[in-house]
Amino acid sequence: MNNRPPMLQAQNVHKSYGRNEILKGIDLEVATGEVMCLIGPSGSGKSTFLRCINHLERIDQGRIYVDTKLIGGRIHKGRIYEQREAEICRQRMDIGMVFQHFNLFPHMTVLQNLIEGPVRVKKENRESAVERARKLLDRVGLKHLEASYPKQLSGGQQQRVAIARSLAMAPKLMLFDEPTSALDPELVGEVLAVMKDLAESGMTMVVVTHEIGFARGVADQVVFMDEGVVVEAGAPTKIFANPENDRTKGFLVNVGK
Amino acid sequence: MNTENYEIVPLRHYGRWVSGAVVIFLLVLIVRAFVQGQIDWPVIGEFFMAPVLIKGLGNTIIITLLAMIMGIALGVIFAVMRLSDNPVTRWFAGFYIWIFRGTPIYLQLLIWFNLALVFPTVNLGFWEGRMVDIMTPFFAALLGLGINEGAYMTEIVRGGILSVDQGQLDAASSLGMTRLQAMKRIVLPQAMRVIIPPMGNEFIGLLKTSSMASAIAYTELLHRAQMIYFVNAKVMELLIVATGWYLIVVTILSSLQTVIENRFAKGQTRNSAPSLLRNVVRIMSARRGMAGGAR
Ligand SMILES: Nc1ncnc2c1ncn2[C@@H]1O[C@H](COP(=O)(O)OP(=O)(O)OP(=O)(O)O)[C@@H](O)[C@H]1O
Ligand SMILES: [Mg+2]
Repeated sequence: MNNRPPMLQAQNVHKSYGRNEILKGIDLEVATGEVMCLIGPSGSGKSTFLRCINHLERIDQGRIYVDTKLIGGRIHKGRIYEQREAEICRQRMDIGMVFQHFNLFPHMTVLQNLIEGPVRVKKENRESAVERARKLLDRVGLKHLEASYPKQLSGGQQQRVAIARSLAMAPKLMLFDEPTSALDPELVGEVLAVMKDLAESGMTMVVVTHEIGFARGVADQVVFMDEGVVVEAGAPTKIFANPENDRTKGFLVNVGK
Repeated sequence: MNTENYEIVPLRHYGRWVSGAVVIFLLVLIVRAFVQGQIDWPVIGEFFMAPVLIKGLGNTIIITLLAMIMGIALGVIFAVMRLSDNPVTRWFAGFYIWIFRGTPIYLQLLIWFNLALVFPTVNLGFWEGRMVDIMTPFFAALLGLGINEGAYMTEIVRGGILSVDQGQLDAASSLGMTRLQAMKRIVLPQAMRVIIPPMGNEFIGLLKTSSMASAIAYTELLHRAQMIYFVNAKVMELLIVATGWYLIVVTILSSLQTVIENRFAKGQTRNSAPSLLRNVVRIMSARRGMAGGAR
């Protein structure tokens, strides 16, 4: 399609906790502007993989590149030097992350949540950060709630604030870890709508989700993971309509298609 | 059955009346005993505001305040050390707590005060001095109380940090914050809600413990009271004066504690109820006929 380098590239990624190998060599690629949905049974290592992408977890083997930059390492004269904290932090600024349980800062108002990153980390001046934050809140439909504290919002509203907070850093890649699975069913739609809007605006996204409808409608690529390996990957039409692998078939039957 | 017009008979609490009467009777006995006892009440009035004692009270407050600040600073530093990935710093923090919580504060004060016996001189490279000149009663009391307090604060701060959800650190990191930034901006402010109540108790405890410093001749409230009764022999009277002052300061601190607790509770309730202080301000300004009141 396009010959730009991929936004995310994972090569043979391994990760263990103690003796327990969680990721057993993950290979995948996400092109710039593409939406990839990651599905798979509980415990298959989806969250772990997502956390490796922004170096919340250190991988044991393999390489992850985001926007062609190696995550967690600096390449110099044929060697890879492990990065210092400051360098890791700089890389994370380009990667937004949205969590299952929102993880908004409860001691700050909605607006403060949004400007915390830009002002403290990017050292952006306060006025312009506030101005951008307000635009983002408008975009997720929550302009009127900027002075509220997270606890005063519904789950769906909190998750939309969390998405806006990540966007405030102007990331190149957005990671979503089951963004709707902690929500009451009637609140799922409003969050998915924001994500769909974001996908249409050209954001590169990796979404761990059990929302098959969303994956079918929005994803360019669906990856099915099980027991730390990628079992099957491809266009949503292919994965959902005629999966090749028996494990994929079994999983899709279980989640009710 | 239509019960709409029935009279409702409230429950009578006879037991409360009886126990209330007993307590009041006992109080009357105690007060009578003190009034009839050999206490020279005018002396109490005379010394309550005596400049010598007020200065002692000032010293008590100063040493408590400084030792508390030192304790909080040490508490935060050692709590972070205790929670770090580095086994050496973790061990060192554990050792600090073990030493200073495991020995009586009275003993620690004596050791600091008598440090000159083992280290007659202090050599900082660029500066040299005699230990007896440095280790004044004030400085010994500050080190003794502050470092001891730090050991207790470490455990309190550590508990506070651990009470903050790991997801908060993940969120802060994913925004590109360093560990230190995340600690300062995200974790500690939330830990405060858990830290403040026991910290208030520590502060009040420290205020009282500071009276131990009279043992190393630091001229705090109790020490001053003792100096006076050694001269005029009004022992009980001066002890009552000291009691009164301690109670006054503790009462003020307790109400301050409530105000601060409310402040750090912000964002923790769904329908942010106005704090006690704000309520008081609102009622007071309404009384004065101010329009609007506090909002
Ligand atoms: N910090 C950790 N220490 C030890 N084991 C861990 C840790 N984090 C995750 N695991 C283990 O790794 C495995 C994969 O976990 P992970 O959270 O990545 O799965 P998942 O695919 O996201 O599942 P779910 O759908 O339930 O979120 C699980 O067995 C889990 O117990
Ligand atoms: Mg998960």
